[in-house]
Amino acid sequence: MPEPKKKKTLDLNRREMPKQPPEVRRYNFDEVALGYTMETAIEEARRCIQCPAPKCVDNCPVEIDIPSFVKYVAEGDFAQGIKILKQKNCLPAVCGRVCPQEEQCEETCSLGKKHGQIAIGRLERFLADWEATQGEPEIPQMAPPTGRKVAVIGGGPAGLTVAGDLIKLGHRVTIFEALHKMGGVLIYGIPEFRLPKAIVGREVEYLRALGVEIVTDFVVGKTRTVDSVLEEYDAVFVGSGAGLPWFMEIPGENLNGVYSANEYLTRMNLMGGFLFPQFHTPIKRHKCVAVLGGGNVAMDCARTALRLGAESRIIYRRSRQELPARLEEVENAEEEGVIFDFLTLPIRYIGDDNGWVKEIECLKMTLGEPDASGRRRPIPIEGSETIYPVDAVVCAIGNSPNPLIAATTPGLELGKKGNIVADEQTGKTSRDRIWAGGDVVTGAATVILAMGAGRKAARSIHEYLCSL
Amino acid sequence: MFKVLEQRMIVPNIHLLRLEAPAVARAAKPGQFAIVRATEEGERIPLSIADWSPEDGTVTIVFMNVGSSTRKLAALKSGSSIPTVVGPLGNPTEIGPYGTVLCVGGCYGIGSIYPVARALKTAGNRVISVIEARSSYLFYWEDRLESVSDRLIHITRDGTKGYRGHVGRLPEIIKSIEEPIHRVIINGCTFLLMRGSEITRPQSIPTVVSLNPIMIDGTGMCGVCRVTVGSVTRFACVHGPDFDGHQVDWAELLKRRKMYMTEEVVPLRTSRCEEHAIRS
Repeated sequence: MPEPKKKKTLDLNRREMPKQPPEVRRYNFDEVALGYTMETAIEEARRCIQCPAPKCVDNCPVEIDIPSFVKYVAEGDFAQGIKILKQKNCLPAVCGRVCPQEEQCEETCSLGKKHGQIAIGRLERFLADWEATQGEPEIPQMAPPTGRKVAVIGGGPAGLTVAGDLIKLGHRVTIFEALHKMGGVLIYGIPEFRLPKAIVGREVEYLRALGVEIVTDFVVGKTRTVDSVLEEYDAVFVGSGAGLPWFMEIPGENLNGVYSANEYLTRMNLMGGFLFPQFHTPIKRHKCVAVLGGGNVAMDCARTALRLGAESRIIYRRSRQELPARLEEVENAEEEGVIFDFLTLPIRYIGDDNGWVKEIECLKMTLGEPDASGRRRPIPIEGSETIYPVDAVVCAIGNSPNPLIAATTPGLELGKKGNIVADEQTGKTSRDRIWAGGDVVTGAATVILAMGAGRKAARSIHEYLCSL
Repeated sequence: MFKVLEQRMIVPNIHLLRLEAPAVARAAKPGQFAIVRATEEGERIPLSIADWSPEDGTVTIVFMNVGSSTRKLAALKSGSSIPTVVGPLGNPTEIGPYGTVLCVGGCYGIGSIYPVARALKTAGNRVISVIEARSSYLFYWEDRLESVSDRLIHITRDGTKGYRGHVGRLPEIIKSIEEPIHRVIINGCTFLLMRGSEITRPQSIPTVVSLNPIMIDGTGMCGVCRVTVGSVTRFACVHGPDFDGHQVDWAELLKRRKMYMTEEVVPLRTSRCEEHAIRS
């Protein structure tokens, strides 16, 4: 009887996660990756050798006890597993999907060289999805009420983490969100096929169940200033994100059909544009879309355009090697049929008589010496002008921090790019009782780094509140 | 959810919407706008705030029923609720002691110019309000404007009240005033803003226009509202909505406003039988 089981555990290779086949998924908005089955999750978890000094934990921005939750999965005790996970991460279903595990926890896994790293992200996702099928999530042990009040500005990953941590410590927490839905970039930015919105909704409902007060449609900096909020709350955490899109600043940029990635994705995701006219925010059914940039956001835009029936291409000034996007996302995009034009730099948009973009002119590039970012600097090749016919262009080249709070909060120290200056270890800003973290401090980065900053700020806010 | 205290058509095709939105009402200033959504599936649309009461916690908006989303707002019943009212957004209109100020309003802008005129009056200016409509029966809030203006001038396309014609009559009006105009502020449709600015340009009268491009979030995040002002790209939601009318690239703005013209009317063309069935 035990023999076949033994055979199974002998397969030491990393377990693949099933996906929708590319030729199917490129026509729908359903999630691409389908998640582990219970059996595969247990098999994968059993590969973990439970290192005495695990390196995975050191590389996790929110310090999850990874070997311990993996061990519970291996034993089939999913309830314990999710409990361990949630001690440190209030958004496991999200992180299991969008964290760049390959450069964090999984990067340092001891099994990496031989059989492939333990698929920590996939196991995390598995546990969170398993929990969702078990009815109402368990409410953890809460500290007795302290009577202290914290306002969290921005309902994205940083804010959700701060709120989750502080509410468990007994403080009263209110989140103020500018948009009509909670989740920040998880809702307006990351598409349904990579992160189903129902999952974000579930994580937000969990916080609500813990007692977090949620106020949407409220723009701190406009509806009310930070200083006015401070009259009512003991501390404020600013996690308002990187909300000011950059454009190429080349001729023709204001032609119709030239979008920022934020606009393109917000129309599709937050406003449900891909369901127009069922949802009322209008979108265009473009035929030929060029996405400028090489990050995860660029991949999201290109893959969205593809699903809406367009020929979709990425235009990137460096080569494939330098793409800042996760390899997994690049491969997904390639499989689905996104065209990649590397070493290509847009220099101008050309419009038609009605003010719509019809072509984009680019220069071919070659790679020179490494620049400040350590990547080889792209150099234009003279006389290499090429024209691509397009009916839409999406600029996915980055964002500055949203200036609304900085502009209305006197005394808040700002960095060169308009970011709020905050201590890396504590999230403390130059103003008393104001903390900040996430993209508004670092500029556009990842979900998990924002959560890590939120975790540290929550710790510091808690210390402060206890000292009162 | 935000309660609709009042929704009615005040003159043909122009509606008044009074909403319970205490936080917005507390912070609102002349020239700012709010973003509203009529339904959960609804579009976010920016609308100028025409009046507010911090004491009652109410915000009043005057809007024109022009597309599928404003039609949904126009169908709201008093006593119902809508999911989103967020604001006040944009920068307030600059109010200073300028001297004599011409406040020009057309269509919904007759509503939104009112608080601007009121604030200018309070700041000690001589306020001359000019309102424009196709015919006299399309004017509203004349009593309110009169109460905050030293003079109220009408222009109608059919000549049923005041000057006959459109904003093109502004040069004569300015001439007839017999005192220097120190500033012109215009609220209304893009055509009115553009023509008004063209008229004041040769006379070098500082002219402020409240732009109304397409927006989504209204907080600077998406950039769809970008306009070229003095050859620099600005976001109307966070840098405006007020700009120097002599610096705006009007041709570009008009094209950008038409971006979704076709899509705007798609839902208007589809049958609404189902909706009717549900309602009855």
